[in-house]
Amino acid sequence: MGITTTKTVAVTGNQAVAEALRQLNPDVMPAYPITPSTGIMESFTSFVSNGKVDTEMILVESEHSAMSAGIGAAAAGGRVATATSAQGLALMWEMLHIASGYRLPILMALVNRALSAPLNIHGDHSDGMGMRDCGWIQLFSENAQEAYDNTIMAYRIAEHKDVRLPIAVNMDGFIISHSIESMQFIADADVTKFVGDYIAIDPLLDIDNPKSIGALVLTDYYMEHKRAQHEAMINAKKVIQDVSAEFAKLFGRKYELFESYRLEDAEVVLVALNSAAGTIKDEVDRYREKGVKAGLLKPRVFRPFPYAEVGAALKNAKAVCVMDRADSYGGYGPLFMEIASALAPLKGPVLFNKIYGLGGRDLMPHDVDKVIDETIEVAKTGKVTMLKDYLSVRS
Amino acid sequence: MAEMIEIRWHGRGGQGTVTAAKVLADACLSGGRNVQAFPEYGPERAGAPLRAYNRISEKILRMHCPVLNPGVVAVVDATLLDAINVAEGAKDDAVFIINTSRDPKEVREKLKAKPSQKVFTIDATKIAIDTIGRPMPNAPMLGALNKAIAIVGQDVLLADVKGSFGKKFAQKIIDGNLTAVKRGYEEVKQG
Repeated sequence: MGITTTKTVAVTGNQAVAEALRQLNPDVMPAYPITPSTGIMESFTSFVSNGKVDTEMILVESEHSAMSAGIGAAAAGGRVATATSAQGLALMWEMLHIASGYRLPILMALVNRALSAPLNIHGDHSDGMGMRDCGWIQLFSENAQEAYDNTIMAYRIAEHKDVRLPIAVNMDGFIISHSIESMQFIADADVTKFVGDYIAIDPLLDIDNPKSIGALVLTDYYMEHKRAQHEAMINAKKVIQDVSAEFAKLFGRKYELFESYRLEDAEVVLVALNSAAGTIKDEVDRYREKGVKAGLLKPRVFRPFPYAEVGAALKNAKAVCVMDRADSYGGYGPLFMEIASALAPLKGPVLFNKIYGLGGRDLMPHDVDKVIDETIEVAKTGKVTMLKDYLSVRS
Repeated sequence: MAEMIEIRWHGRGGQGTVTAAKVLADACLSGGRNVQAFPEYGPERAGAPLRAYNRISEKILRMHCPVLNPGVVAVVDATLLDAINVAEGAKDDAVFIINTSRDPKEVREKLKAKPSQKVFTIDATKIAIDTIGRPMPNAPMLGALNKAIAIVGQDVLLADVKGSFGKKFAQKIIDGNLTAVKRGYEEVKQG
């Protein structure tokens, strides 16, 4: 397969993901609309109505039903996708565990939005972080291009025989989902070829080989199931790397487990997910011009979390500020806890944690500068004044 | 062209301001440029003040935040001049394009624009009523803005308006919008 033709377009993040879903042409898409992911569903239902896909669209009465219908369809042997945000994901929570426990490679487009209350529709990561322990692979995306590319790669990862786990592709609500950006689409035929046909393992519709799904498993085998899920998640790491390498070879865009931006010799490092990383990169460049050895680590794969690789990438820094767009009240930010775990076995840099951008509050370049300045100070003195603090918040 | 142009649009809900920003972004894709178009989302009500932004750049656009120091400020509704400071944060060489029937010199005074800043006016609402039959000033504003800052070939802009509106509207409305863009381009005044 040679290098493909690509098309530059100006689209919203939601349009980009909807286009990826059209190209993936799943068998079934159960979905319930919720801001800011509604645009994905709107576009996709028009693809269904206009015969652009073969997908059976199921308009359900709630997100709990969306995930339940997805589980049924996936267990039957279909390729399944859905899209949601915030409270919608929260309502799915019970079923998220069923999807992963049944080892069903369902694809979810998760447009990150703050959880209520207070009621807020804007982008933060409290929904995505809330599904951390649900057994789903979690990919994060800086912009529309990354969300599109991650979505194109998702089934190849989720359906791999060593993995067989559901997968969620995250992008920031509004900041990405509703902003128009220039990006590139891959040609339909190339996507079809890249993704390939789905051969379900033990589908219920294979009626010559009847089987039971959802059996009661008590003290006898429950733990073995759970350990198997963990092992599948560990396997996913290599599969993600392999699929991403193949993607890079074919389509030219390279993705790792995390992005290292000017990290090699960096002394002062910020860690952040999703769209904030773009703003931070511009500020890292400005500080580099001033002679500050600044850098950024942007995790792409949050589950399975690449502890060893992240630890190795950060261990030579002097100070690291982990920026969380989600909070764990009474604890540290969820990303901070991962980075701290990654560095725990190493004699690493001084770490501290900033909570920023909750409920979609903008992260402006001057906010990033404040964080870099503080990280420079921590690198110099080795002292952290507030281990966890809130950025740009009224006292 | 400067390496990156940042535009801030001020309008009121229902005037097509967000559509204007989107059409402009799409038109500016030509020549391999990178574009962004995004509104500031709040409670969505007709008549409520809103902002939208464009970034157009030769380089890849990575930042994801509102524009604080616009090089171009487009005001789609002149009543906003009394309600908010549309000049806030504008660059010293910023270009203002204001939808008003008033004289550009008068508007310049009202804005307290610096001598290094340029002020353009266009009666976009009147043009819209003439051409489209509705006070929807976004199309003439696009034409006026393009005359003021020459950001994209006028033929490319017209083709894009045709393409964007073609999906939604009848031929009469599309033709009206095309005339509106052209008249905005021709009738904009500098002061």
